[in-house]
Amino acid sequence: MSTTDHALPLAEPARQSWGLLAEYLTVPELLAAAEKVRNAGYRRWDCHTPFPVHGLNDAMGLKPTILPWLVLGAGITGGSIGMGLQWFTNAFDYPFIIGGKPFFSVPACIPVAFELTILFAAVTALLGMLVLNNLPEWYHALFRSKQFRRATADRFFISIEAIDPLYSPEATREFLKLTGSSHVELIEEEAD
Amino acid sequence: MHQAPPINMELEAQPLGALAHKVSILAGIVGLAGLGIAVGLSKMGEGASERFYHAYLVSFCFFLSLSLGALFFVILQYLTRSGWSVVVRRVAEVTASNVLLLAVLAVPVMLGANHLYEWTVTNRVMEDDLLQWKEPFLNLRFFLLRLAIYFVVWVGLSRFYLGHSTRQDRQTDPRLTLRLQRWSGPAMLLYAMTVTFAAFDLLMSLDPHWYSTIFGVYFFSGAVVGFFAWQAVVLLLLQKAGRLQQAVTAEHYHDTGKLVFAFVVFWAYIAFSQYLLIWYANIPEETVWYLRRQNGNWALVSIVLLVGHFFLPFFALMSRHPKRRRMMLAVGAVWVLLMHWVDHFWLVMPEFAADGVVPLGLMELACFVGLGGCFVAGVSWGFRNRAVAPIGDPRLPESLAFENV
Repeated sequence: MSTTDHALPLAEPARQSWGLLAEYLTVPELLAAAEKVRNAGYRRWDCHTPFPVHGLNDAMGLKPTILPWLVLGAGITGGSIGMGLQWFTNAFDYPFIIGGKPFFSVPACIPVAFELTILFAAVTALLGMLVLNNLPEWYHALFRSKQFRRATADRFFISIEAIDPLYSPEATREFLKLTGSSHVELIEEEAD
Repeated sequence: MHQAPPINMELEAQPLGALAHKVSILAGIVGLAGLGIAVGLSKMGEGASERFYHAYLVSFCFFLSLSLGALFFVILQYLTRSGWSVVVRRVAEVTASNVLLLAVLAVPVMLGANHLYEWTVTNRVMEDDLLQWKEPFLNLRFFLLRLAIYFVVWVGLSRFYLGHSTRQDRQTDPRLTLRLQRWSGPAMLLYAMTVTFAAFDLLMSLDPHWYSTIFGVYFFSGAVVGFFAWQAVVLLLLQKAGRLQQAVTAEHYHDTGKLVFAFVVFWAYIAFSQYLLIWYANIPEETVWYLRRQNGNWALVSIVLLVGHFFLPFFALMSRHPKRRRMMLAVGAVWVLLMHWVDHFWLVMPEFAADGVVPLGLMELACFVGLGGCFVAGVSWGFRNRAVAPIGDPRLPESLAFENV
């Protein structure tokens, strides 16, 4: 234990800029700005709104989600497992005559196959949605902004991350102002 | 939503006027000619009149189910206070109100009851303990009374909703919507009871020894599938006629397609629920109904129904793209309607021809064309002086701006 430890000055944690947050007052302003950001070629950016905004996907140029394909695949998997398990246990691995019924019969197996189809598809839809949205996310640099709290009430935001290849602290700020933003804010976070 | 030009609903929803007049008269002539041919055929040969009544019942129940599906949709929209559907609701209101015409077309079913229903023939009832036991319910007088009650309820409900909605076109009074909403709960209960018992009376009692408690739901599920397919077709035709071209968008077709898909699955679920219990229990007095439908060529019809009424539309309508493309949705809707007719054919005809022969010929076609012509004429007549969308509905703006997220 060194006696000089407490004498060391407490260093300010190093900060680095996470990106820029631009505020908009109305939906049309946001949509127009989103189209400009998209056309400028930015990749690492997002829109934040208090409610679903129709047409925002198009304005942002988002690709359709692959979630339906995941759900379809999971549904087929679930149905196959439901059918396969009943066939394997009843007709293949341990055939056993019960009430003179056939070992394997499609109508009798449909309820289980159906339920497993639904179960797999529904669970995949929920988990897939969470994973594709990077949820749950306990911390986000944007939460440091006081202004950003209004994204759940009455303001619309566009954020551009500093790791975007086109990002430059000055030029991007000017660009966002030109898109009609009422207020552009620099978001910082602690350096890794 | 943004930068969309305002839609002139007065113009978009203009009554069809002379066009509807012309379609009504043409379809009416075709319909009467079809019925005339069917009646003519019924005089030729032995068993021809029996076949006529059965073939008539097939198509009668088919078109009745479209109107009943429409009535369900109208009541449901008020029950759930839906916004998206306002612009397409008039199609359902007019289709539902056509039940008045079907009340008239029910007369041959009533007159031919002794050709259709074994339990109306006194001699047969005398020899049969079960039919005697069921006589307090299954007798001709009470049957006719029940049919009258069903049609009074359906005509009353459909006129009530269409009348208020049409009055709103001019008055734009939201209180009319409130009144329709207030009555939608009791209306739905009344609807459920009458449709269930009508299915028992008209279709299930064709084999009075057999019963299935889920039969009413089976008829209902098919009716709703048929109606949504019909709605898609009528909307496409209205747009062809220059109406609702901006008001009805891919979003509304998407939802209609979703509902076709959902009720195709529901129909299969109900049909299989009925089948599974009877198949598993394997009691002769219950399985006889399915046995008749898997003998000889009826097995083929059953398979066509299983594949065509469930598997094909299920996979064809699963993705969002076919539901949003008009031509693909139109093809799907016409196919589903055809299969819905096969469903009724499959419910009725095996009781007439149980020996494995599938009677599908000129008689069935004539009855279909005959009743179809009358049905189309009636629906078209309803669009003559009436806006093709409820332009006074307080939720119309919501419907116009509607988008699937």
